Amino acid sequence: MSRAIHRREFLKVSIGAGGGLLLGFRLAGTGETLAMQNGSAASFTPNAFVRIGTDERVTVIVNHSEMGQGVYTSLPMLLAEELDADWNNVAFESAPVDPKYNHPVFGMQMTGGSSSVWSGFEQFRQAGAAARAMLIAAAAQQWNVDPSKCRTDSGAVFDPSNRKLTYGQLAAAAAKLTPPAQVPLKDPTTFKLIGKPAKRLDTSEKVNGTAVFGVDVKMPGMMTAVVARAPIFGAKVRAFDDSRARSMSGVHRIVAVPSGVAVIADSFWQAKMARDALHIDWDEGTMSSFNTNQMMQQFREQAKLTGKSVRRDGDADATLAKAAKKLEAVYEVPYLSHAMMEPLNCAVDLRPESCEIWTGTQFQTVDRANAAKTAGLPDEKVQIHTTFLGGGFGRRANPQSDFVVEAVHVAKAAGVPVKVVWTREDDMQGGWYRPAFLHAIAGAIDTNGKAVAWRSRIVGQSIMAGTPFEGMADLKGKGYDPSSVEGADDLPYEIPNLAVESHQMEVRVPVQWWRSVGHSHTAFATECFIDELAALAHQDPYRFRRDLLQKHPRHLGVLDLAAQKAGWAKPLPKGRARGIAVHASFESFSAQVAEVSVNDGKVQVHRMVCAIDCGRYVNPGIIAAQTEGGAIFGASAALFQELTFENGRLRQSNFHSFPMLRMNECPEIETHIIESREKSGGIGEPGVPCAAPAIANAVFAATGKRIRRLPIRLSEAV
Amino acid sequence: MIEFSVNKTRANLDVDPSTPLLWVIRDHLGLTGTKYGCGIAQCGACTVHIDGQAVRSCVAPVSRAAGKEVTTIEGLSPDLSHPLQRAWIEEDVPQCGYCQSGQLMSAAVLLREKPQPTDDDIDKAMTGNICRCGTYPRIRKAIHRAAGNFAKRGAR
Repeated sequence: MSRAIHRREFLKVSIGAGGGLLLGFRLAGTGETLAMQNGSAASFTPNAFVRIGTDERVTVIVNHSEMGQGVYTSLPMLLAEELDADWNNVAFESAPVDPKYNHPVFGMQMTGGSSSVWSGFEQFRQAGAAARAMLIAAAAQQWNVDPSKCRTDSGAVFDPSNRKLTYGQLAAAAAKLTPPAQVPLKDPTTFKLIGKPAKRLDTSEKVNGTAVFGVDVKMPGMMTAVVARAPIFGAKVRAFDDSRARSMSGVHRIVAVPSGVAVIADSFWQAKMARDALHIDWDEGTMSSFNTNQMMQQFREQAKLTGKSVRRDGDADATLAKAAKKLEAVYEVPYLSHAMMEPLNCAVDLRPESCEIWTGTQFQTVDRANAAKTAGLPDEKVQIHTTFLGGGFGRRANPQSDFVVEAVHVAKAAGVPVKVVWTREDDMQGGWYRPAFLHAIAGAIDTNGKAVAWRSRIVGQSIMAGTPFEGMADLKGKGYDPSSVEGADDLPYEIPNLAVESHQMEVRVPVQWWRSVGHSHTAFATECFIDELAALAHQDPYRFRRDLLQKHPRHLGVLDLAAQKAGWAKPLPKGRARGIAVHASFESFSAQVAEVSVNDGKVQVHRMVCAIDCGRYVNPGIIAAQTEGGAIFGASAALFQELTFENGRLRQSNFHSFPMLRMNECPEIETHIIESREKSGGIGEPGVPCAAPAIANAVFAATGKRIRRLPIRLSEAV
Repeated sequence: MIEFSVNKTRANLDVDPSTPLLWVIRDHLGLTGTKYGCGIAQCGACTVHIDGQAVRSCVAPVSRAAGKEVTTIEGLSPDLSHPLQRAWIEEDVPQCGYCQSGQLMSAAVLLREKPQPTDDDIDKAMTGNICRCGTYPRIRKAIHRAAGNFAKRGAR
């Protein structure tokens, strides 16, 4: 039961005589240190990704962050498959930050882009296969037999006469051998673990309170800091009065930092109360008159102009001008918060010669570089210990490492180890949102009801502009941000005259990738508009899509599967209606059918049927969990969520004003997975994009009215 | 001084009585399984039991626990043996896991009061607990599974 609870945290609980429970723990440095502390110095560490102890434990060192998407299970499965490990002895450990743990494609240590499994597919298998070859060599030496005559199964090597040595028994001998350069990998038809359900390795510690998230980190002598940040983006502290705050109990220091004023205290509550007692005179800067209503009005005006061309097939403008039947629609989506359940936090132990950081981050390499610069230390003097992430959704991959850099600034002033904890309000109002977008789409059908033209103008802020990723995405060369138009520029529908244009807007609200990034809005616009064209053509929306997807078998595969499992053609009880959507993202294909009813101006989603094709998958249980979780994430945005600014101030602050689906609102969800031998695609994000258009299209089916703005408000339906 | 019991161990603390119980549990007692999510009783991540009742500890002053028995996730069972913990493991409920302590503590009160809860009972008892990862369908299944276990074990 506790096989997964062997991370680098050591818990020591003692009952104090009169002081209640005392709990302290420390996080050891590297895996090597752990091995020595465990008294298993003889462990076999053939490469950066696996360590095998004389106690038979196989510890897989995972270079991606666990934020719920299951990488602490799926990546160990890849390694254990080739190692022929006994799955019951497999544990995980988070990797320290080191170039050897860089993402093989993105060239830095990070978790994002729904890329962990496909990027690790060969890497983890190779690491397991190399370890297996060395264990076989060690056994063959001992038996004096030909290694090629040996086989492995469930954590042991066998010779032709079925003599057996376990991996634990072989660890010490194998450790003396030289790792092979390249080892052949298994034929996928012989996989025993990959593609089969396996329980997650991190569940036990997540159901008894022992899983350590960033906010749970403690160090001897550590203090907690809460920061008063600018109420308006770009505002600066002119002066502050801390006379009352300073006299409050438990307060250690109050200091100005670049992001605001930090209160450093013995405990969170003391720091928060003193933070709230500060009087700060802010220079509000240029954003103090910013309103999202005005911004959207500007976007609407901009959409009337021709934008930077992203894709151009045929001549959409000419076809639209002479079309038999045409339609124009404008879709709008708001700023959104990631709203991870665990608000941001970061613990720092800054010494003259070192900086140790504990946090739940998706961006180790970037954070280390930014922290080192802030601390005035070389990169290698900074270590990042990645804890569990209480949700990520992109927010914890910040190009400026905002929450890490700030914590280093606070640590510089604190003089003691310090953990900066954000309140929910701090987190929601702290920026780096999914940007608001507007899609103005014009389309036409010919006299046979066939779509012949589509022109889409996409208006919104770039998330890449001004970041170190600007060059990587070739923003300047292209003249647009590919992540603003992804999912719209590769529209799969066979429409001969297609134009996609981009208007990149400058707004000084910090924006960032939010689960499914551009697809979170492009799928809403494209999948609602194709539904509108189907209605214009008096055709069934599923059939209409099918006809235009004949050259896209994987789109068709999920579309057909979702429609079939949802019983698309079957009648529904009175008051219920269905909507459908299909969308490819992160090299995976998703289709969803939503079943809704509309009563008293309220939309209720009763059922969602999801079909997913993510190529060759590792763990079907995790595929289903991510797909259903993604659908709920998308449905929350569709039904409830928006961030709005008035006079530069965000009007939302917590879950009462930025709601998400709750148990009583959560539809029945089923997920159907396409069996595929294609290269693995992503799974953390592809479940999100279809939810909003499937629900909006179902609302049309129920009411005859179109939803063109999120979150859904029936009063705005047209 | 405020005196109460936490997971059957006596705690005697010199702390401002208006401090939310959550932060006393986390910062003074070091029991970090109970989570902070919103601070305004909107998300349920901080749910603990005071004398067997589910309480959002982020808005309950520690004075409310005086002389009472507080149970946190660490006290739900010593060895993952609570039927809900077993069901959570069987159904692979958690994703990021951050909200799950609160989900389990809310569900534990539900099951004690209604050993065979209906879907409506689950809605009523669990609607105060948000999960951003969207584990609701699995939570529902796991509660039903645990209820089955309860029945087999002769109910509690």
